[in-house]
Amino acid sequence: MAIVSAIAVITRRNPVHAALSLIVTLLSLAGFYLMLYAPFVAAVQIVLYAGGIVVLFLFVIMLINLEQNIREYQFNKQWVVGIVAAATLGGLLAFVYRAGRNAFPSAFYSGFRGLEADNTQQIGLALYGQYMLPFEIASLLLLVAIVGAVVMAKKRI
Amino acid sequence: MGEITTLHYLVVAAGLFIIGTVGVLTRRNVIIILMSIELILNAVNLNLVAFSRLYGLHGQVFAIFVITDAAAEAAVGLGIIIAFFRNKETVNVDEIDLLKW
Repeated sequence: MAIVSAIAVITRRNPVHAALSLIVTLLSLAGFYLMLYAPFVAAVQIVLYAGGIVVLFLFVIMLINLEQNIREYQFNKQWVVGIVAAATLGGLLAFVYRAGRNAFPSAFYSGFRGLEADNTQQIGLALYGQYMLPFEIASLLLLVAIVGAVVMAKKRI
Repeated sequence: MGEITTLHYLVVAAGLFIIGTVGVLTRRNVIIILMSIELILNAVNLNLVAFSRLYGLHGQVFAIFVITDAAAEAAVGLGIIIAFFRNKETVNVDEIDLLKW
């Protein structure tokens, strides 16, 4: 389902349909995270991606009126080269996965306890302990992004 | 049907990554290109979380950092698109070919 709706994202003519297919992709990815014992990342995925970023996309699509744009040709002139490049990348990935399919450790990491009830607590401790500096840098990045978005969207630059 | 191993998640993530690459390289609409970039970042996230099942919690922490970066990138990119559309009345990448006008 993730793959099918991802294909729909890049083939739909109407950008609103593409954004809705993106929501389906993100929700099925959140399901994958739940299957991988990562409930906090799944919740963040739903709230931040499906609730925040896609709504931002939809706002911009509504804001810029694309009435005649939908009827235009949707692919650029380099599409043959693009598809060949992507197929080469896919072949490379398939080769690597095929050659190394027995290289992954089959056991979980030591101390793995299945679905942990304190997953969120563990992530919080890691964020504020070992990853303190990257966390602060991420907050600075968000501040810069807010200021940049406001400056870009102003009437007169 | 066997057990779902890490390799299955990696194959799904590779599929998402390739679809995103095709979208970035072939579409004309900038908004769709940004959505394809989101697809690529999500493929990377799926890889990180799949490996965090094998190697500990660090992959999930990095996935959260990647989500933060994706949010910042989407905000700035959409702001740039709005500014462009106000000036040029188009969102097609092959008509946006000037840095200054």
